[in-house]
Amino acid sequence: MAIYSLKETKQPPESKTKAFLWLKDNLFSSISNAALTFIALYVIYLLLPPILNWTIFDANFDLTADNQSCGREGACWSFVNANLKMFIYGFYPQEELWRVNTMFGLIAALVVFGSLIKKSQYRAHYIIGSFLIYPVVAFVLLYGGLGLEIVETDKWGGLTLTVVVAAIGIIASFPLGILLALGRQSEMRVVKFISVVYIEFVRGVPLITILFMASVVLPLFFSAGMDFDKLLRAVIGITLFQTAYIAEVIRGGLQAIPKGQYEAADAVGLSFIQKTMFVILPQALKISIPNIVGSFIALFKDTTLLLIIGLFDMLAIVGAASSNSNWLGRETEGYVFVAMVIWVILYSMSRYSKRLEVRFSTEHK
Amino acid sequence: MFTKLKSLLNNNEVRAIVFQILAVVVIAYFAYQAFDNLMLNIEQRGIRSGFGFLNDEAGFAVNDNFFLDYSPASTNLQAFYVGIVNTLIVAITGIFFASVLGLIVGISRLSSNYLIRKIATVYIEIFRNIPILLQILFWYSIALSTFPSPKNSINFFDSIFLNSRGLYLPKPIMESGFFFVLASLVIGIVAYIFIKKRSNKKHDETGVVTNTTVYFLGLVLLLPSVVYFAFGVQLEYPMLKGFNFRGGVDLSIEFFSLAFALSIYTATYIAEAIRSGIESVDSGQKEAASAMGLTQTQSLRLVVLPQALRVAIPPIINQYLNLTKNSSLAAAVGYTELVTIFSGTVLNVVGQAIEIIILTMLVYLTISLVISLILNIFNKKMQIKGK
Repeated sequence: MAIYSLKETKQPPESKTKAFLWLKDNLFSSISNAALTFIALYVIYLLLPPILNWTIFDANFDLTADNQSCGREGACWSFVNANLKMFIYGFYPQEELWRVNTMFGLIAALVVFGSLIKKSQYRAHYIIGSFLIYPVVAFVLLYGGLGLEIVETDKWGGLTLTVVVAAIGIIASFPLGILLALGRQSEMRVVKFISVVYIEFVRGVPLITILFMASVVLPLFFSAGMDFDKLLRAVIGITLFQTAYIAEVIRGGLQAIPKGQYEAADAVGLSFIQKTMFVILPQALKISIPNIVGSFIALFKDTTLLLIIGLFDMLAIVGAASSNSNWLGRETEGYVFVAMVIWVILYSMSRYSKRLEVRFSTEHK
Repeated sequence: MFTKLKSLLNNNEVRAIVFQILAVVVIAYFAYQAFDNLMLNIEQRGIRSGFGFLNDEAGFAVNDNFFLDYSPASTNLQAFYVGIVNTLIVAITGIFFASVLGLIVGISRLSSNYLIRKIATVYIEIFRNIPILLQILFWYSIALSTFPSPKNSINFFDSIFLNSRGLYLPKPIMESGFFFVLASLVIGIVAYIFIKKRSNKKHDETGVVTNTTVYFLGLVLLLPSVVYFAFGVQLEYPMLKGFNFRGGVDLSIEFFSLAFALSIYTATYIAEAIRSGIESVDSGQKEAASAMGLTQTQSLRLVVLPQALRVAIPPIINQYLNLTKNSSLAAAVGYTELVTIFSGTVLNVVGQAIEIIILTMLVYLTISLVISLILNIFNKKMQIKGK
């Protein structure tokens, strides 16, 4: 009985392996492809060296240097270091900064704890409870009261302001957006009409006009005695704006629910509210979560517009810090720094939303 | 009696009517309250109301003004028109460059060339995730600090100049027969479209391909050039006088940085729309095309792109709308478009916030409506028939 054994397989010749093949397949598969490669290399050659020189090789990383000793060939990163507190906290009083830190620390702790009790039956209670209690705690921490010194909102600024406005915007616009989305789907003509007009109006105009409206016109609508905080006006404007977009996102979710779900809910005799709360919305919201995150990303980008109505978000701090006589002409460093911070935040959010999209996808593949 | 009432309350139609009446009453109440307070506030603060201010003298100069007659002695209404025209100009410029760049980047993202693909991806991921306002301010500050002073302008053929104030181009003088050049260009384009349509029809019916490139060259390029030289059109060249250039068309550095930032930012979205459009085309289509012996370029141009664009164009048109709305951020750098002129300068002078902001919003609403109308027409036309 012959015994067959596998012969040892030979490796391909070294010169034809990995790196060479990869280059050939990906960069030089044809003449036109090779030409493209050279164009790409040329573009990289044009763009990359100046950027790297300015940010790294010619830059001054001495964090204690002042504007004069920094030099003009490259970036002066001590500008960012010297104004770092302002970028994060705005004009918040020095001795009260722990309050802002506590607020951020608390939310981090809440999120971490929430992910630890993923399997607990009380998770839903925990989430809803945090949503109700945390905003109050955060407000007291930031604004003051209950024995804490009051810090007026015109002192708020920087990244703190951006995060606060974006968070309020998304949380407040959520219930309103659900109502509007339901209104737009409603069979009641008047309700539908009002919802459609509101949504289309807001989506048709730029945010900046709504912010102007909120900051200049809104106070006129209330009796003279009511004093309106500038930040509050901006937040109202942003919420009104965001509501329309969230409503459209949720409407997309509602439309994706098969008709059978509505009919089944009717068939088992659920009332309209029961049907919406227990059958339709849970499904609709679940499929719209990735788009809600997307809409939150857009909102986060839009908060930079606060600068136009005179609030000091992170972007406005660049202007304020570089018009300080100690740091004249260092806008570029500021813009690059802010761009990097916002980019990291937005990029991780968009990655997260992509992951959610995959996780919630019920499509068969 | 009671049971009858109860059954009435449980009737869905009755409920709906009651609910709607309630909604209207609540909204009307709040509207009335707001209006009442408004009137009171206006009276107390002595703010004028009505649209009479439109006929007042504007009293301020405008940097960028392309076609309209405008001077500080013009009325606010004329300033309003200048604002609208400038908004449209920056929007159209932005849309043009964003589309070209977006198409190139979108196709590059699916290129078989590793470097090209990566460059496109890095570009999209960087510029999509930076707020547009930050980009506008960034390019503005870069342009201000790196472009040379008017004295040391970058000079192209002694007729185009670029410096830290703006870009200066020669301007055709309208009286010198430039009108005929424009007219011949329009006639040429219309005639070319007509010929192209006929050749397409012929192709559909008989399969004969006619090359229309010659007609394109003749009608769209040659005809206007002939008219141009025949009439001897004169150009007004920008000249350095004192501290800055005079004459010619002057595109301010604000316009430049705004249009640049808008194009760069929106192109990332257009590229993504085009990429997803191309990916939506079934791979069988590409395989069929190459099986029939079409080249790569032919397959892309004749098979893939027409189908991809059907999916990609609706989101692209939405991006055009977004770009137009984002052009309102010019207020941050001071390019004199609608929001800067009207909701900025005029509002500061006149103080009639409500009228001014409503007028501004109406302009944008009209633009949105027109664009969504175009979108609807497109969608109707592009629907696959027979499904």
